[in-house]
Amino acid sequence: MLETLVQGVLLGGLYTLFALGQSLMFGVMRLTNTAQGDFIILGAFAVIAGVSLTGDVAPWLVALAVLPVAFGFGYALQRYVLNGTLGKDPLPSLVVTFGLSIVIQNLLLELFSADPRAIETGGLNTQGIALGDAMSLGVLPLIVLAIAVAATGSLQWLFARTALGRSFRAVSDDREIAELMGLNAKKVYALATAIAFVLIAIAGALQGMRTTVSPSDGPLLLLFAFEAVIIGGMGSFWGTLAGAMILGVTQQIGFRLDPGWGIWFGHIVFLIVLVLRPQGLFPKTRG
Amino acid sequence: MTNMPPPLIAVERATAASRAALFAGIALVLVAASLPWWGESSWMREFVEIACYFIFAMMWNLLAGYGGMVSIGQQAFFGFGGYVMLMLGNFAGVNPFVAIPLGALAAGLVAIPVSFVAFRLSGGYFAIGTWVIAEVFRLSFANVSAVGGGSGTTLTALRGIDKATRESTTYWMALACVVAAVALVYLFLRSKRGLALLAIRDNEVAAESQGIPVARMKLAVYVVAAFGAGLAGALYFVGNLRISPDAAFSVNWTAFAIFMVVIGGIGRIEGPLVGALIFWALNKFLSDYGTWYLLGLGLMAILVTLFFKQGLWGYAQQRWGWSLFPTQRKLLHAPGKPAR
Repeated sequence: MLETLVQGVLLGGLYTLFALGQSLMFGVMRLTNTAQGDFIILGAFAVIAGVSLTGDVAPWLVALAVLPVAFGFGYALQRYVLNGTLGKDPLPSLVVTFGLSIVIQNLLLELFSADPRAIETGGLNTQGIALGDAMSLGVLPLIVLAIAVAATGSLQWLFARTALGRSFRAVSDDREIAELMGLNAKKVYALATAIAFVLIAIAGALQGMRTTVSPSDGPLLLLFAFEAVIIGGMGSFWGTLAGAMILGVTQQIGFRLDPGWGIWFGHIVFLIVLVLRPQGLFPKTRG
Repeated sequence: MTNMPPPLIAVERATAASRAALFAGIALVLVAASLPWWGESSWMREFVEIACYFIFAMMWNLLAGYGGMVSIGQQAFFGFGGYVMLMLGNFAGVNPFVAIPLGALAAGLVAIPVSFVAFRLSGGYFAIGTWVIAEVFRLSFANVSAVGGGSGTTLTALRGIDKATRESTTYWMALACVVAAVALVYLFLRSKRGLALLAIRDNEVAAESQGIPVARMKLAVYVVAAFGAGLAGALYFVGNLRISPDAAFSVNWTAFAIFMVVIGGIGRIEGPLVGALIFWALNKFLSDYGTWYLLGLGLMAILVTLFFKQGLWGYAQQRWGWSLFPTQRKLLHAPGKPAR
């Protein structure tokens, strides 16, 4: 039982990274990115392609090189495409991100085929630390968890303590007033998406190292990310982390009871939270 | 209505184009109904398939374009309708053609408890929340061994019927369902309730303050859209004879519906019609290109959303004033009296 819990928390670390970008984009501009999961997979494939193109460069160095690219990509995407879809009607942004999701999936399918691939980590993904006789913790999942906690903490710090975070909160609370005060909301939005895409790239690289990725994996990751955000409550990054942990633990318990029902259990817990506490467990932002 | 005083302002509801479209439509349906006697059976199969896509898109348009509820989870009702039809046919001995409307009815009924969960969310989160619900449907059916679990099962109830009869009956059912779906949506939108629905779409708070029961209307639209999606699903799997959870609850159903509606023009009945025709043509000539075809479809939806927000038909309507299914009420001066 203890092992299931620990494995669930480790899985939750990964889900936190899936969800933080979504949480950030929704928190700042109420934008639901339905291509979130596909962008994560795109990030993983970017690292895979980078490793195979450069030959012998270590994968974590390639992953680091992908991060600024992701930042620029996110900035440009928001500035030149997604900003035009924002408004009271959720349809344009949903259709555009959903369209992007289909485009990315099929582009990856064309370039890399449907075979699952992994980022070669030189055995890091199989190393474990033995705890007692019955339990062993994977080194890579522990690293993922540490990065997830660090990312959540820095995002919270960025929001609460920096000028950029203040402008994020300002445009989130009231875009018109924030613009009257001299903020350029479109640029602020672009920066938020840029940061979200750095988180997405980190999530993608780690997902590719921890397990395999294939072009059609994206939608499932989106659903996990979304569930974590909703369970945790909108606008709170620690809430997102808690939501991801709850989801991870529930899925592990479900898998343990019956492998066919693990993900189903996760979905059901999400729906129960939705019925009992639609604002999530630790909400900060309203509507 | 007949003993009311004549109004100062006349209301025009039809246009010359819409009257012509009505007659052309009736003629087209009559010609189409005779197809089994002169057409090829591959045409019938193709029609049944595109009819399912069209009905499904029509219902998505009703939900998103008129009800303002953008869902990515309508495949839940599509698959549910299909599975109920199959179970009634295989286990209860119901004729599958009779089971089609029953499957649709079951999908409409199951939408009531589902709405209780889904309506907790709104906007973009409603979209993904409904997707999660559809996944719950898919995983649940994938774990029921009576219907073949994850690998699915075959509709055995049609075994006794010979191929020609089965194909033409399926075809007529499909044609009837298309006509019924168009008529249902059109009459619904032209009714008083349709007007209330448009008011809700334009401004929910204002509509509520005018005495429109917003929550009840939204539920009604959700249930009707689920019924229609279930109808499309039940019909599709009578034509297909084989069902599996991955095919029945695939998000691609909704993806194609979104593309059809958005490309054709959301919030207008002609939209899914034009979208389905474009989709059919693209599918017929380009589907050999597989991934590139889907990629192009996704790109087209993005471009249309960014640059032609009203879709292709909406563009035509704005430019030339075309309207085949007018739901608006146009006020005209009554002859000889000043309008106020």
